[in-house]
Amino acid sequence: MSAASPVVPSDTTGLAPSAPPEPSAAAEAKRRLSSPWASLAAIVIAILWTVPTAGLLITSFRPVGDINSSGWWKFFLDPNVTLDNYRAVFTGDDVGLSTYLVNSIVITLPAVLIPIALATMAAYAFAWMKFPGRNALFVAVFALQIVPIQVTMIPLLSLYVDPPFGLPQLAGANAPGGGFYTIWLSHAMFALPLAIFLLHNFMREIPGELVESARVDGAGHVQIFTRIMLPLMVPAIAAFGIFQFLWVWNDLLVALVFGGGSLNISPMTVRLAELSGTRDQAWHLLSAGAFVSLIIPLIVFLALQRYFVRGLLAGSVKG
Amino acid sequence: MASVTYDGATRIFPGADRPAVNKLDLEIADGEFLVLVGPSGCGKSTSLRMLAGLEEVSEGRIRIGERDITDLPPKDRDIAMVFQNYALYPHMTVAENMGFALKMAGVGKEERSTRVREAAALLDLEQYLDRKPKALSGGQRQRVAMGRAIVRQPQVFCMDEPLSNLDAKLRVSTRTQIAALQQRLGITTVYVTHDQVEAMTMGDRVAVLKDGELQQVDTPLALYDRPTNLFVAGFIGSPAMNLLAARAAEGMADIGGYRVPIDREAASRMTGAITVGVRPENWRLVSESEGGLPVKVTVVEELGADGYVYGTCDVEGTPGTVVIRTDTRGAVSKGDTVYVTTDPEHVHVFDTESGTRLSA
Repeated sequence: MSAASPVVPSDTTGLAPSAPPEPSAAAEAKRRLSSPWASLAAIVIAILWTVPTAGLLITSFRPVGDINSSGWWKFFLDPNVTLDNYRAVFTGDDVGLSTYLVNSIVITLPAVLIPIALATMAAYAFAWMKFPGRNALFVAVFALQIVPIQVTMIPLLSLYVDPPFGLPQLAGANAPGGGFYTIWLSHAMFALPLAIFLLHNFMREIPGELVESARVDGAGHVQIFTRIMLPLMVPAIAAFGIFQFLWVWNDLLVALVFGGGSLNISPMTVRLAELSGTRDQAWHLLSAGAFVSLIIPLIVFLALQRYFVRGLLAGSVKG
Repeated sequence: MASVTYDGATRIFPGADRPAVNKLDLEIADGEFLVLVGPSGCGKSTSLRMLAGLEEVSEGRIRIGERDITDLPPKDRDIAMVFQNYALYPHMTVAENMGFALKMAGVGKEERSTRVREAAALLDLEQYLDRKPKALSGGQRQRVAMGRAIVRQPQVFCMDEPLSNLDAKLRVSTRTQIAALQQRLGITTVYVTHDQVEAMTMGDRVAVLKDGELQQVDTPLALYDRPTNLFVAGFIGSPAMNLLAARAAEGMADIGGYRVPIDREAASRMTGAITVGVRPENWRLVSESEGGLPVKVTVVEELGADGYVYGTCDVEGTPGTVVIRTDTRGAVSKGDTVYVTTDPEHVHVFDTESGTRLSA
C-alpha cells in the first residue's frame, strides 16, 4: 500500500457517474463471513466447541485411577491408554450397555421410519390431491405442532393401558413386543405434525407440470408418488430423517414415560442417566458410555449427508 | 388417429363470474393441425387442458373420434402433451423420460427401448439418451419433451406453447420441424400459442379465441383475408391491420372528411359508426393531388425484402400509428409526408358497435 494513501475517496464531490450500487444486506453479510478474520473466528469457535468432546473421548480411554486423580489434559503429559472402560461398559455384568445400545437402535429405527412413511404420503395428499376439508385438516395438523408432549402423556398412557373399541392393550404387564410399541407409536405421533408440514412444503415446490405430465403419461397417484415424488424428495426426507433420528436417539422423556421404566426396553439414554445418578464417581463408565451413544448419530449424519443434494430439480422446467 | 370434437365445452372456475371457456364448439379433423390462438387469458390453454383431462369440463362434451372422453382421467384418453416448460422428470435420463409413458402402459422393456430409439432418431437425440435433463440445452430439452409425446403414438397431441421458451432463431427452425413432423406422423394435433405468426405458419386451421369465446376458425389465409370481426382483424397479421374510425356516408366511408370507397356489400349494410380496416400492404402511395390520407413518417423499417413505414396522421379517427408496407427502398424517409389511399376490394368494414364484419 502506498504511503499516506487516503482512505476517503479522492472524488468527494458526489458527481461520480458510475457509483457502485449499494450492496444488498445478504451480499454484505456474505462478504463479511468470507473474510479471513471471519474464517479465523470460525476456527476458534469450532475448536472451543470440540474441546469438550475431545476431552470426553480422551477420558474414556484413560485408566480409572488417572481419571479420578487428574484432568483429561494431563493425558498429554502422561499418556496411559486402556480399553478397560469400554470393556466394562459393554460386557460388565452390572452395566451391560450393549443391550441398551440394541434397545436404542430398536427404538430409533421404527420411530424414524414410521413418521417418514406416513408423512410422505400425507404430504402428497395435502399437496396434490383435492378432497373436501383439505385446508382445514392441514391447518389442524399444523396447529398440532404446538401441543407440548407433556400434555399428552397421561391421556396417551391411559389409552395404551385401557384402549377403546376393544383394541389390544399396548402397555402394562403383558404388552406385546415387550412394550416397544408404545414408544414407537408415541415418537411417531409427536413427529408427524412437523414431518407432514415440512414435507408438504417441500412437495409444493415441485412444479405442478411434473405431476400433470405424469398424469398424461398414464401414471396414477401411486405411481406419481413412488416414481416422481419420492426420488425428488430425497433431500427433504434425509433432512427430516436426521432430525428425527437425533431427537429419538437423545430422547429420555418419552422412553422413560412410555417404556414404563422397564429395563429390557430402555434405550442408552435411560441407562446413562442411571449411571450418572447412581454412581456419582463412575466417570470412567460414564465417559465411555456417553461416547458410544454419541458416535452413532455421528455415523448416521455422515452417512446421510450425501443425500443433501442441491439442484435435484434442475433441468425439469424452464422458468 | 382420430378426430376431436368440442361440443359446447364450457369451463367455469370456482368463484369466477364468467366462464374461462364458454360453449366451445370445434371440430378437428383426423390428422389436422389446429392452432388455438389468442391473447393471454382467452381460454386457449384451458381448452387444451380440458382435452388433456387436466381441467374439468363444467358443461358440454368432448369426444375423440366416437369416444366420449369428457369424464375420463388423462391416462385413459390416449393423448400426449407437450408443456410450455417441458416438465421433464429431472431424476430420469432422456431415455427414461421418453419411455415413462410406455412403462406406465406396461409395454415390455425390449419394445420400449426400440420405440424410444426410433423417436430419438427422428429428433436427433440419440447421443443424449443417457443424459439427465439438466445436462441438455434448452432446444434439446424441448426436443425431449416432443420425443416423450411421439413415443406414445397417441391419438392426439396436445401442445401448450412448446416454443415460447426458445430463443427467436431456434423458435423459427423448430416451428418448421414440428409442422413437418406432424405432417409425417399424421397425428391430430391441437397446438396452443399466443403468437399469431406461429399460428399462421403452423396450423392447417387456426381458431382465434377471446375471453373464452371462439371468434373464428378457418385456414390462416381465410383468417387474414376475411376476418369475421374487429378482434380477429386486429389480432391476425403482423404488423397489425390499420383500423380507422369512420362514418357511413352515401356508400362511402367517411374518415375525418376523407372519403374512402368500399365494396358494395358493406356499403349496403353499414350505418352510423363503422371501422375501416386496411392491411399495411394494401395502401397505395399516391400524390397529394389524388387526395390520399396525409401521413407524416416517423419511422422507416427497411427489412430488405420489404419495408414498413410508420407514421402519424392528424385526420380524425385514424389510429396513433399508421403502418404502410412499401417497396420503395429508401425513397421515403423520416419526416416526409406521404399520401396513401386504398382500393375498395382491400377495405375491411366493421360495425364499430358490434365489431362484426360488414364487408363481403
